[in-house]
Amino acid sequence: MSASAASGNEVRGDRAADGTPLLEVRDLVVHHGQLMALDAISLRVLPGEVYAIIGANGAGKSTLLRTIAGLHHPTSGSVLYDGKDVTGLRPERRATQGIVMVPEGRRLFGSLSVEENLKVGATYARQGPWTMERVYEMFGWMRERRNQPTAQLSGGEQQAVAIGRALVANPRVLMLDELSLGLAPVVVQRIYGMLPQILGTGLTVLLVEQDVSQALRVASHIQCLLEGRTTLEGKPSDVTADQVEAAYFGLAGTAASPAGEESEA
Amino acid sequence: MAWINAIIQGILTGGLYALFACGLSLMFGVMKVVNLAHGDLAVVAGYIAIGIIAVTHVPVLWSFLIVVPIMAVLGYALQRTVIQTALDRSVLTTLLVTFGLSVVIENGLLQFFTANSRGIGANLALVTGAFTIGSQISIAYLLLLIFAVAVAVLLGLQYFLSRSKYGRLIRAVADDKEAAQLAGADYRHVFGIAAAVAFATVALGGIAFGMYSDLDPTTGTDTILLFAFAAVVIGGLGSLWGTLLGGIVLGVAQQIGAQINISDELLAGYIVFLIVLVLRPQGLISRGAQS
Repeated sequence: MSASAASGNEVRGDRAADGTPLLEVRDLVVHHGQLMALDAISLRVLPGEVYAIIGANGAGKSTLLRTIAGLHHPTSGSVLYDGKDVTGLRPERRATQGIVMVPEGRRLFGSLSVEENLKVGATYARQGPWTMERVYEMFGWMRERRNQPTAQLSGGEQQAVAIGRALVANPRVLMLDELSLGLAPVVVQRIYGMLPQILGTGLTVLLVEQDVSQALRVASHIQCLLEGRTTLEGKPSDVTADQVEAAYFGLAGTAASPAGEESEA
Repeated sequence: MAWINAIIQGILTGGLYALFACGLSLMFGVMKVVNLAHGDLAVVAGYIAIGIIAVTHVPVLWSFLIVVPIMAVLGYALQRTVIQTALDRSVLTTLLVTFGLSVVIENGLLQFFTANSRGIGANLALVTGAFTIGSQISIAYLLLLIFAVAVAVLLGLQYFLSRSKYGRLIRAVADDKEAAQLAGADYRHVFGIAAAVAFATVALGGIAFGMYSDLDPTTGTDTILLFAFAAVVIGGLGSLWGTLLGGIVLGVAQQIGAQINISDELLAGYIVFLIVLVLRPQGLISRGAQS
């Protein structure tokens, strides 16, 4: 705890010069029953950035995103959005204020058509550039298949609808949880290829990804979690493959991460 | 001819049963709440109608214009308070809570309105009148009207669920509560809307039953809830039009039973209910087949 908190503090110092964060997490501790899923995680996401959380299965990545979305209650620590503490806010209130998550496994409404899924996303939308029309323009195939039930779509197409459903809410922070899960690499490439278009409208992206090379390609900042603690963070260009590997698998004794000493846990 | 008459009467009675059942089915389909107070609330609606008609002399048929909104508001309020609190614990808790609600309502009605049975508009021509086809088939205007109302209610519900904003949200929340929250929807509010709609149909069911037969404080659980249950199970849980089909099957079974022996009316209905439960537990229209 002390080491990772220290690393968090260092980072805060480093990145404070870059401006005020749009989303900030301070010393977040989350338990699933007796099990500690997150152990004092901190992060600062700056406006316009693509912030990637990487880590192995069970590292706490999804828990972190779900807690930011309001679906889990932290034991301690806080979530700040646009300078305001939103830790006690219900998930739907966070969504309407601009923190919108594309959940792991897509979680489309199965008995609704493609268009109805988008309409639900747009029901409580903020003002902004994203409309259903714009989503249809971005995913060309979607318009003519808008009346189909989502069960008839391929995994990649479902993921596109899930992203569209989040975009029409006009988020300021778009959280993407494991986009690549269960999708063919070529499909994953195509979906990540949409990211510049999405960022072009002024969004900030916080994503969780198991596929490290994918995350390193798209991210402007990465943070690696291992068993609920931060083992590495920085710009993708500033970290070496060995450092990432050590942080990802928790190889003890490497100089890679400031929190490396804890990774035997 | 007597058999044909029995079948026709059964079909028409099925409309009344569908009116009981559709609200129960909606609440189960959306919130997974089996509302054991469903029948008692229908009786409450009937008593409110009797009171309003007595006090304001509003025409009997139009009393629903006042009773339906009252019940809808009551539905929203009950859902947001008692039922939601129970749901937050577990779905099973809602069984206990609505059972408790049922007991409280029934005894409250006994306390304040005695055990005497009351009808609604018992002397209206519409309620007593009938027309005949041939010599043996006699069709009551009231049953025909109730059947038409039931079909209209189901059409309205279908339109509401498939076309309106709240209908879409109700289906979304029924599919995935959490994903709906991520889209900014407060599922508790959406549940409240669904309960309001269900209670509105309960109000119509209560008034219809009060005109068709008599209401007393025990009618809710003895008759309305049981028939609603049977219709929902026969038709298929969560299926809207299944409630009409289930109601018709139940109604026809009862009338044919009565034709064999007048004391077999209820038994015949429950035997069919049991047979469906054993042979086709998902109901005649399974949920997957519903649009």
